[in-house]
Parts: sequence; C-alpha cells; structure tokens
Amino acid sequence: MSERLTEEDVRKLALLARLDLSDAEVAKLGPQLETILGFVHQLSELDTEGIEPMTTALDVVNRWSSDELHSGLSVEAALSNAPRRDDACFLVPPVLGPAR
Amino acid sequence: MIPLDSASELLKLQSQGEVSAVQIATAAMESISHSEAAVRGFAYRVDPIEVLQQAELIDQRRASGQSLGVLAGIPVAVKDVLCTRDMPTTCASRMLKDYWSPYDATVVTRLRQADAVLIGKTNLDEFAMGASTENSIFGATRNPWDISRTPGGSSGGAAAVVAAQNCPLSVGTDTGGSIRQPAAFCSLTGMKPTYGRVSRYGLVAFASSLDQVGPMAWSMEDCALLMHAISGFDPSDSTSLDVPVPDYSAAAQGKDLRGMRVGVIRDALEADGLDAEVRMAVEQAMEVLVECGATLVDVHLPHSRYGVPTYYVIAPCEASSNLSRYDGAHYGYRAALSEADIREKGPLLATYCKSRSEGFGEEVKRRIMIGTYALSTGYYDAYYLKALQVRQLIRRDYQSAFEQADILLGPVTPTPPFGIGEKIDDPIQMFLCDLFTVGANLAGIPAASLPAGFTKSGLPIGLQLQAPPLEESRLFNAGAAFQSHTSHHQKRPQV
Repeated sequence: MSERLTEEDVRKLALLARLDLSDAEVAKLGPQLETILGFVHQLSELDTEGIEPMTTALDVVNRWSSDELHSGLSVEAALSNAPRRDDACFLVPPVLGPAR
Repeated sequence: MIPLDSASELLKLQSQGEVSAVQIATAAMESISHSEAAVRGFAYRVDPIEVLQQAELIDQRRASGQSLGVLAGIPVAVKDVLCTRDMPTTCASRMLKDYWSPYDATVVTRLRQADAVLIGKTNLDEFAMGASTENSIFGATRNPWDISRTPGGSSGGAAAVVAAQNCPLSVGTDTGGSIRQPAAFCSLTGMKPTYGRVSRYGLVAFASSLDQVGPMAWSMEDCALLMHAISGFDPSDSTSLDVPVPDYSAAAQGKDLRGMRVGVIRDALEADGLDAEVRMAVEQAMEVLVECGATLVDVHLPHSRYGVPTYYVIAPCEASSNLSRYDGAHYGYRAALSEADIREKGPLLATYCKSRSEGFGEEVKRRIMIGTYALSTGYYDAYYLKALQVRQLIRRDYQSAFEQADILLGPVTPTPPFGIGEKIDDPIQMFLCDLFTVGANLAGIPAASLPAGFTKSGLPIGLQLQAPPLEESRLFNAGAAFQSHTSHHQKRPQV
C-alpha cells in the first residue's frame, strides 16, 4: 500500500498533532511522510493473525503506590518555569470565549 | 597532564594519595578548553569554579577519613535529556531552551550520592530523535576521531566528550541504539541495560516502552562502575524492576569464557548493506572470543529485518503521545500570538499550535506527524497494532536464540561513522543506521557496544553483544574477556 497524502490531509494531520505548518513545510513533509509510511508498510507482509500485541517489555503488572501523603514540589518550584504566572497560578490564554 | 580515560585508574590513584580530586577536575577543565571548540560535545558546562568546589569537598572528606561514594572525584557528563536541578535540561530543543527542572532525575541523584563530579550536560539530537547529533539547537557535535564526521546519535555529545578525554564516564540514553551507535562511532564501550534495570524517573520521555539510561566509557570495567552506581529499584518509576543488582565489577574481571555459548547472528552478518570492513572486524572478534574459551553457534533472528519498520511505528506513536505535554501552558516555549492567529484559531488552539511549531525542530515534527497518523482512527490496526504484534515476533526470535546461546554477537552499525550532513535530508537512510540496534529495545534486553577495530582509513568499528533480560553480567564478563585479549579500546584520537 502506498498512502497518498494530499496537502489537505497533511494540514488536517498537523491540526490533530497541534502543529502549524508553513506551506513550505507541508510541501516537504507530505512526500516524506508518504515515503516513511510506505517503508513501514512492509510489516503487512507478515501474518500476525492471533499474535498477542506486545505493549511492554516487562512482565510486571501495575504497581500501586500506598495511599499516603508525600511531600511534592512547592508552589514556587512548580511555577518556576511557567511562561506566564502570578503569585500562585499559571496564566494561560482564555479557554472560553470567541473561538474561530 | 593527568589522563582522563579510566575512572578505575583515577579511583585507585586517589585512594593511594597520588592524585587529588581537584587535580582531576583541573585536568578535565583544561581538556575541555582544549577540545570543545572543535568537538562541541556539551550543551551546558558547569562553571569551572563550581566544578573545583565539588572536587575540593571530596578531597576534604577524604582527608578527614569520611567514607566516599563509588565514583568519588570522577568527572561525569550527563546527556541533556536527564533532569538536573542545578543545570538546564534542554533536550537540545528550542521548546526547553530555558527550562531548569525543579528536581533531579534518579540517575542524577545516584551520581551525586556516588560523589561523582558533574561537569555538564551533553549535546544530543533534539529529544533524542536522530542518529547523528546534528538535529540540535546547539549545532552539530563532531567526532573526535574525524572532525568532518558525526559522533553518531542521539547520545553523540556523551560519546564525544569521553572520546575527547574531557571525562572518563558519561551517561547516555538508548531508545533504538542511541548509546550503542555513538559508542561504536567513537570507539567507546557503551551499554543499554535491560528495560527496567535503571530508573527512568526524570528522564524526559521519548518512547517510554523503549527508553533506557546507560553508561558510556572506554572499557567494560569502567561501564561496570557506572552501572553499579545508577542501577536498581526506584519506587518513583513504575517500570523499575525490584530485583537485586549483581556485582558488575566482579563480572567485568572475567578473562575465561569456557562454557559460554556465543550465538553469531547470521542474519546480521549476511545483511545487505553491511560494510565489508565492519563484517571483517566482527568476524575477527568471533575468533578472539574463541581464544577466550567460548564456543560459537549460528543463530537466526528471522524477523530482525522488520525491526526498523516496527520501531519507526512504535517510537513515533509513543513520542506523539509523550510530546503532547508541550503545550506552552506550564513550562517550555510559549509563542506570542498575532491578531490574525487569534482570529483564525482562537487563543487556546493558536497557543498550542504556534508554540509547538516554533518550539520543535523538523525531525521532531516529522515523528509527531507519523505517530499521529498511525494512531488515528482507521489506521491504528494497520500500523500501531500490527507493529506491536511484530514486536512480539521479534521478542520470540530472541527467546529462541537464547535457548541455543548465552549471548549473541553481531555488528552495531552497518557502516563506519558517516559525514556531517551526509544523511540529514534522507530520513529512511538515517533510520537504517538503527538496523542492528532496535531489536534489543523492542525485546527489552541488555546490549553492549565495544570497540572492535578500525577501518583502513582509521575510523572506529563497533561489536555488539546482547544477552537475555537482566543478564548484563554476561555482557560484562564476555566484553571484559574480549578487552583483555584486544587493544582496540586502548587507542585514543588526537584532538
């Protein structure tokens, strides 16, 4: 199978990935993605009927932490890398309000 | 000038009182100022005054008879993808250019507890995605053996600073070969441990089911020292294995391999595209192991040729999910919005999209796009699920091979180090650098790269040894025996 990706497909994918691509990036990335998807598509040659998918290299099951209080980051430490902040909060762009 | 190519030797000299930690640190600072302009292995260097203060404290504690950690006074550099509270953690990305983690990765905590002298963070391909250390906001790192070539990647900086003899040990990470390939390209010894052997807490996540932290050094003996310091259970990492850590340094004293069955991976030695000189070096290594007493058996990993396509589905899928955390809200780069941005997408979506587009480099965006595609509705089964099933087949290949052999032997890379810029515009060619290394990550097993010789033109060649889960000791044993019979790991580049 060779996936054909139109420029519109690439832009839609970019939006899903929360990326803004320039026209030049779309023109370059589209054919590269097609090539890479064509390359990985050789996996379809293999019959994997009934093979259990391997999601982890470990045989361990989920480990739960005890329900106890642990010390964590201070507010000041947690905010120390914030792009914008006030004394106690992250400041972010408006979430509600006029969208597109 | 004190040679900085053996941590074991520097520990011995310090305990005999012949060299101080301050003298070692001074030598490290001089070495860096001599080589760094050409090699460019560091993303961040600790202020020399602070380095000397760390060393002085160790000398004082030694003088007052206090007990010291296993890496006391040894300069160590750490790949800039591990969190450090007193240095930036950039992942060589504009996204994290100004990020200072509020906490240390467990591996970094353990280095401090071992009294290592941390000298800086090393360059890498952005978010550890790449095989050449060219995709970096700091620019490309150079191979100390040949400045026109790459040191490999993504732990290329970690390899280059050891090869340049700035420090004897560095810590790298390996998701598809990122410790072993640079080790091979720089004539070093490096190890990707068993998945779960070394804590990933504080390691910036790329592909969580594949990432592992490991040591880089000149010799197996030194890798064992560093592995001892960083291995073991960590309750903060839910995939950390709660099993005892064997005495790796004892294993690395091995010289006699009688009774050990070494499986020669025929599929690798007969692979298209394997360079003739690399093949010859691996064949010579087989003879050396026989001289050490090992017996050779042929093994096959029939699905190994599907390793790279499997990897390049699973790793981008996990990356697209992991890197969704970079949203410009809590930390990392946030783009300024124009009126047009806000009109088109609204303030929230525009902040996400613009911050990520300006913050991530080309290769990272490419992988996020592949992962997003492969995980999207309608394609999940054909790509992601299929890759997870092939991953199972690859693991079963290893399980069968380890019924016939105690360790496996083969090449690390298809070719010797390539030139800067040579593969940067061809993603598939760059992916194929990982042909022989991705299997160990997919299967979760330990694997080591060690110097196996040089091409006629003087470029390093690596040998790869792989073992069953948690059998790192076999790698230390066989690798140390190999190094006791060879001198490849004792050659040094002129920088």
